[in-house]
Amino acid sequence: MSESYVTPDGRTIGGKVLEMRNITLRFGGVVAIKDISFDIREGEIRAIIGPNGAGKSSMLNVINGFYHPQDGEIWFHGEKRKPMKPYQIAKQGIARTFQNIALFKGMSTLDNIMTGRFNQMKTNMALQMIWKGPAEREEQENREIVEKVIDFLEIQAIRKTPVGALPYGLQKRVELGRALAAQPRLLLLDEPMAGMNVEEKEDMSRFILDVNDEFGTTIALIEHDMGVVMDISDRVVVMDYGKKIGDGSPDEVRNNQAVIDAYLGVDHG
Amino acid sequence: MFDQFLYGTEAAINGLMTGVMYSLVALGFVLIFKSSGIFNYAQGVMALFGALTLVGIQDGQVPFASLINAVFGTNVRDFGWTLPAMLSILLAIGVMILFAWLVERYLLKHLVNQDPIILFMATIGLAYFMEGIGDLMWGAEIKTLDLGINQGINTTIDSLTYDWFGYGFYIDNLDITAAIIAILLVVALTLFSQYSSTGRALRAVADDHQAALSVGISLRKIWVIVWGISGFIALVAGVMWGSKSGVQFSLSLITLKALPVLMLGGFTSIPGAIIGGMIIGVGEKVFEFVVSSSWFGDAMGFTMNATENWFAYMLALVFLVFRPQGLFGDKIIERV
Amino acid sequence: MLYREAGDFKKTYAEDSQTFPLKLDRYGYYLILAVAFLGVPLLINDYWASAVLIPFLIWSIASLGLNILTGYCGQVSLGSGGFMAVGAYATYKLMTSFPDLNIMIIVLLSGAITAGVGVIFGLPSLRIKGFYLAVATLAAQFFLVWLFNKFEWFYNYSASGQISAPTRSMFGYEITGPSATAEAKYIFILVLVVGLAWVARNLTRGRIGRSWMAIRDMDIAAEIIGVNPLKTKLTAFAVSSFFIGVAGSLFFAVYLGAVEVGEAFGIQKSFLVLFMIIIGGLGSIFGSFIGAAFLVLMPVLLKNIMVGQLGWPGDLAGHLELVIIGGLIMLTLIVEPHGIAQIWRVTKQKLRLWPFPH
Repeated sequence: MSESYVTPDGRTIGGKVLEMRNITLRFGGVVAIKDISFDIREGEIRAIIGPNGAGKSSMLNVINGFYHPQDGEIWFHGEKRKPMKPYQIAKQGIARTFQNIALFKGMSTLDNIMTGRFNQMKTNMALQMIWKGPAEREEQENREIVEKVIDFLEIQAIRKTPVGALPYGLQKRVELGRALAAQPRLLLLDEPMAGMNVEEKEDMSRFILDVNDEFGTTIALIEHDMGVVMDISDRVVVMDYGKKIGDGSPDEVRNNQAVIDAYLGVDHG
Repeated sequence: MFDQFLYGTEAAINGLMTGVMYSLVALGFVLIFKSSGIFNYAQGVMALFGALTLVGIQDGQVPFASLINAVFGTNVRDFGWTLPAMLSILLAIGVMILFAWLVERYLLKHLVNQDPIILFMATIGLAYFMEGIGDLMWGAEIKTLDLGINQGINTTIDSLTYDWFGYGFYIDNLDITAAIIAILLVVALTLFSQYSSTGRALRAVADDHQAALSVGISLRKIWVIVWGISGFIALVAGVMWGSKSGVQFSLSLITLKALPVLMLGGFTSIPGAIIGGMIIGVGEKVFEFVVSSSWFGDAMGFTMNATENWFAYMLALVFLVFRPQGLFGDKIIERV
Repeated sequence: MLYREAGDFKKTYAEDSQTFPLKLDRYGYYLILAVAFLGVPLLINDYWASAVLIPFLIWSIASLGLNILTGYCGQVSLGSGGFMAVGAYATYKLMTSFPDLNIMIIVLLSGAITAGVGVIFGLPSLRIKGFYLAVATLAAQFFLVWLFNKFEWFYNYSASGQISAPTRSMFGYEITGPSATAEAKYIFILVLVVGLAWVARNLTRGRIGRSWMAIRDMDIAAEIIGVNPLKTKLTAFAVSSFFIGVAGSLFFAVYLGAVEVGEAFGIQKSFLVLFMIIIGGLGSIFGSFIGAAFLVLMPVLLKNIMVGQLGWPGDLAGHLELVIIGGLIMLTLIVEPHGIAQIWRVTKQKLRLWPFPH
């Protein structure tokens, strides 16, 4: 299934961006991920769902290179991943938001999102010390890109506010902005709607869909709200106790008995 | 050659004794760190202050004499009495407990949710403050502390080792007393921490302040208790060191020696403080012995001395690189 | 009424990210520079120069350096005294081995050498974090002081163990040595201070500064978004040590003229610089200067009041000084952990809106 196809709403889903093959991850005696394989295709929105403790965040950490699986291979854009540090993996084009917001509390919104451009900014230290000239130019160029992200997320008013002072929902949006600023090939979202009310969830869903629509960004997201998952994702992976128990379109997964038993439950009404 | 080995062993044993003294100071740190996550840089100064207070009370000094004299133009020095050792010790303990209460009320309470580094820096400020107050209260000259503790070479060991090896080991009685006291303290503390309900509350607070609060543990009460106990330990340490080399400013530099002990043993472990202290104590003395010996000089072409200034740190540093939490400390697991 | 931004819209990003966005601030800054370069040398007398101004400038450089490492990058270091010693001894050896080398170049070279040493002692920062690292930097402090005491090569085998700076001049004015004038020393140091402050500002406003702050705030997240922790921390150590080395070099060669390593660069100095940046404000260029000013001025003022006016004995004044400084540290941390710089920022905020409350 490597050929691309077009979805009913007109988006193009391409070949495999990320392929996890037989990943096993252990922490001492605890097996967090047991022999899981799945893939993510270009341009799609892939949801990872499952009960708490299933290993979903650990899976994202493996993709980021923060955890190293004891077994298995990771293929990114057709190339097998060699042992690498997380910052090198980031350079390949993988960006992420975190379950418990990991913003840089000492900096403003603008500065936080500017850190997302880190890999794209190249001027060396000597030039930075002088500032006038290439360093300032590069800063302004990247500032323009960041401002576009700020516009997109409608957070202009809080650009200079220190992020520690922002309410939770806005912090999550800023974190999304930081990930977007990197113009990633693969965007990982770890429970982007946790702790949000209905309106905020609608806003966030809209942003995620827009990102995928306008920029064609491939997105993998962990999410508990089944309504959101069913609505916006193209394909779903279901994990339970570190194992994969479902993989397919939202409808297929919704009707999968194993998934219903483990996670979704039955409608008793 | 055998002589060298004997001298080396003597150095090692003395190092062990010194190490126990280090551990004594380190214990106070561990207690406070365990229960409040604060690294109390002022621990060494507390030892100095405790010892100064003890001497001051025993000798009947007028507290803040120099300040009073400067402001009022008077010339007071002593009350004219001296107090017996036991009473002085009790009063000194009382002062340390009062001090613990004051610290909790005026410093710790206001710094509850800050970064560990801010707390650490606050204790540095406290150390300077305490040192100044100690000097103001009792004067900064060297004082002799005489509590009637046995000092001087232990003749039993000296003659025994002379009979066995032909060379009498010089082990000081004071060091032996200190070692025994330290061991007793450790046992008492460990028992207290493991088996009493206050000890349990202490461990709860060390783990998670919010959770401890939520089950009804009074953070403030625990902190006063902890700082009180640490104050007591500091007093003991101050007495031991002070009896040995006089009560003077350099006593507060013990803090700096306790740090590598803690790095080795882990900041949260009572047995770690003991073992770390002993490793550092022995390591320092043996290293110094070896690198200043003529044997080393012949082999390498130079000798080093006064390495005790930095050896403990280097040892701890190397250790930390391989095991960042120390021998017994809690493993630092980072999650994202 | 004075501090208005209304109508002062920035039309380019360059304008928006200026150091002094408000006109009043900018002109104030130019005024200070003018007074510093032109006015002060005319009015300066030896006492004020040596007791206050020159040490203030030198400690400002050291504070800037430590602030970069601790305030911006979050790596607490208690080794500043030792690094200043490296700068001083590097200067001494360079001065005595290359008598024709220009003093400015020597100072900068000493900074570079210290940067190298700083990187070596910064290597453990990859495995050891936060406050454990602070303790590890003590190893650097004690080791370096011992080193310079122990190996006579460092002080050219002199019997006293002291090092003294020979006379050097620039543009015909003597900067170091016993007959150098206060004005010459002051201008020399001032030029360095302005230059280094400018460099510090530029580094902290751009990509490198952000990477430092990212490591400080959330090092794991920083690594995941692409910041190389090793390179970033070592860069902070290098830049910071450069500044501190320059400060040490100036402290020895220009200010004191002769030092003995144990008393000039002991651990008390490490704490002093740390206090300066705490009281002044972590992560703030302005804070570094304020903190240095505070901790240089205050002992002088206290001595003047207590010994000069009240006639109290010197050691009593010394003890009170400890009490006051210790008390101030604690007070600052309780009341405003971000230091005087933050108080200043908040005051300016209020001034912008005055007379309106918000």
